[in-house]
Amino acid sequence: MFISMFGAVESGVIYAIMALGVYLTFRVLDFPDLTVDGSFVTGAAVAAISIVNGIPPIYATAMGAIAGFIAGCITGLLHTKGKINALLSGILMMTALYSINLRIMGQPTLSMLNETTIFSQLESMWAATGIDSFLNGLLASIGLEQFPSTWAIVFVMIIVTVLIKFITDFYLKTEVGLALRAIGDNKKMIRSLSANTDTLTIVGVGISNGFVALSGALYAQLGAFSDVNMGIGMIVIGLASVIIGEALFGKKTIARVTLAVICGAVIYRMIVTLALRVDFLDTGDMKLITAIIVITALVAPKTLQIRREKKRRSEKREQLGRQAEGDSHA
Amino acid sequence: MLKLTNISLTFNEGTLDEKKALNDINLEMEKGEFVTVIGSNGAGKSTIMNVISGNLIPDVGDVYIDGKQVVHLPEYKRSPYIGRVFQDPNAGTAPSMTIEENLAMAYSRTKKRKLSLGVTKKRKEMFKEHLKTLDIGLEDRLTAKVGLLSGGERQALSLLMTTFTEPNILLLDEHTAALDPSRAELITNLTEKVVRESGLTTLMVTHNMQQALDLGNRLIMMDKGKIIFDVSGVEQEKLTVQDLLNEFQNIRGAQFEDDRVVLG
Repeated sequence: MFISMFGAVESGVIYAIMALGVYLTFRVLDFPDLTVDGSFVTGAAVAAISIVNGIPPIYATAMGAIAGFIAGCITGLLHTKGKINALLSGILMMTALYSINLRIMGQPTLSMLNETTIFSQLESMWAATGIDSFLNGLLASIGLEQFPSTWAIVFVMIIVTVLIKFITDFYLKTEVGLALRAIGDNKKMIRSLSANTDTLTIVGVGISNGFVALSGALYAQLGAFSDVNMGIGMIVIGLASVIIGEALFGKKTIARVTLAVICGAVIYRMIVTLALRVDFLDTGDMKLITAIIVITALVAPKTLQIRREKKRRSEKREQLGRQAEGDSHA
Repeated sequence: MLKLTNISLTFNEGTLDEKKALNDINLEMEKGEFVTVIGSNGAGKSTIMNVISGNLIPDVGDVYIDGKQVVHLPEYKRSPYIGRVFQDPNAGTAPSMTIEENLAMAYSRTKKRKLSLGVTKKRKEMFKEHLKTLDIGLEDRLTAKVGLLSGGERQALSLLMTTFTEPNILLLDEHTAALDPSRAELITNLTEKVVRESGLTTLMVTHNMQQALDLGNRLIMMDKGKIIFDVSGVEQEKLTVQDLLNEFQNIRGAQFEDDRVVLG
């Protein structure tokens, strides 16, 4: 149980980077971008083929992210300059990327089992610190028998993800970032305030897919393989993270939402892990579970709010009724 | 400051729906001039605004701002020179962003946007000072989302966002039409004050004839895509609403038709 939860957090933190990207398009730019399913794999494919060809993992990862950025920019171009509907330009790019990803890898699946990945490097550096044995000792003292093989990935990925969160927070508060947010809020206004909305949209969708591809590159290295189908349904997972996060942690400020999105991604992985432990569910049901989670996260807060409002109104009515009664007695 | 020469624009040319929106418009505005535009429905008032701001490109004709030809520049490249307040109070502000963020975006209108913080301590103080001039208490609500403000408050904020960076040309597109009378009066007074104090070159479209006469130092009447009446200075000050209606009838031989016109 603990081990599978640990694995959920590990992959959840990596997925969180992808979720931040989805947040940038869906919420900030109000651009429903479906490129994600393709650009996640593009990041994974570029990183994998680079690593197999002996490029240092850190550069391979960066190249994966840049490839995603370029893919996103093209989606943005299709939408702004080509005047193609936002949904459709994402779908077109996603479809095109499937073939491109196959070309990049040269085969449907690419294994990195015998290669040095960014995480295997990390683990060997980490082993020298002795933090693992300390933490596992702690776990042993509370009676756990199985231990995670390394704490390195969780620790470092949390730091990396939080760093990306802070950079995103800052970026969205700069002059450029304010204009970017205004595109999703009031495009007509920001254009009349001398912002080039086309360029901003292209760059915005680019950055978003850069995050998604970075997440893909890291996820591939975590599992030591890249598969051309690993991106299917990724957009829904990203959306699930954003929606769960917003529902649970609110969306008052930018910093709050980005934190919520990260937590949403981790919680999503945990829910899926728990669901898969139920006897009658198997891995094939995962997409169904995801869809149900998203629907619940979308519907539940509204239903709760309506019920709260109803209760408040009926209480008020009762209160006034009592008052009126009191008055008539007096 | 602003010069339009031989502007013509036809919508749906060559079809049954063909409509000559602007027909050989020539207009020159001096620096500091405050021009009010009135006209019946479909006279081309809004079209002329859109041609100046760059929303629409005329079929023929030139637009000069400060002697510079801008007719081929897209809207975002012209907006460093042009400030615009829309009729719809929701159009001029970003509802899910705060008052200070909205002001920061407006502050960047005249400069290149950089990767530095939009809202700084120093700017906050400046925004506060400007908001105080509105005198509706917005200076204490810098971090409130604009979506929470009333229509009148939003329009006042839009007006401030447009004017505090002193645009070369101020376009007011029926900016009091969607407000109730008392709010409209507030915005009208604010407009009058800010235009006078900053000496802004202003073009204002209105359906309120009295407002058109009270504000500004020049009045233009449009009909069917043409400027049919242009009066300024002392002459404009002496005009009454009845004079305007008579004038229209003399020129066009028809009743002034406008279901939204406000006479008094």
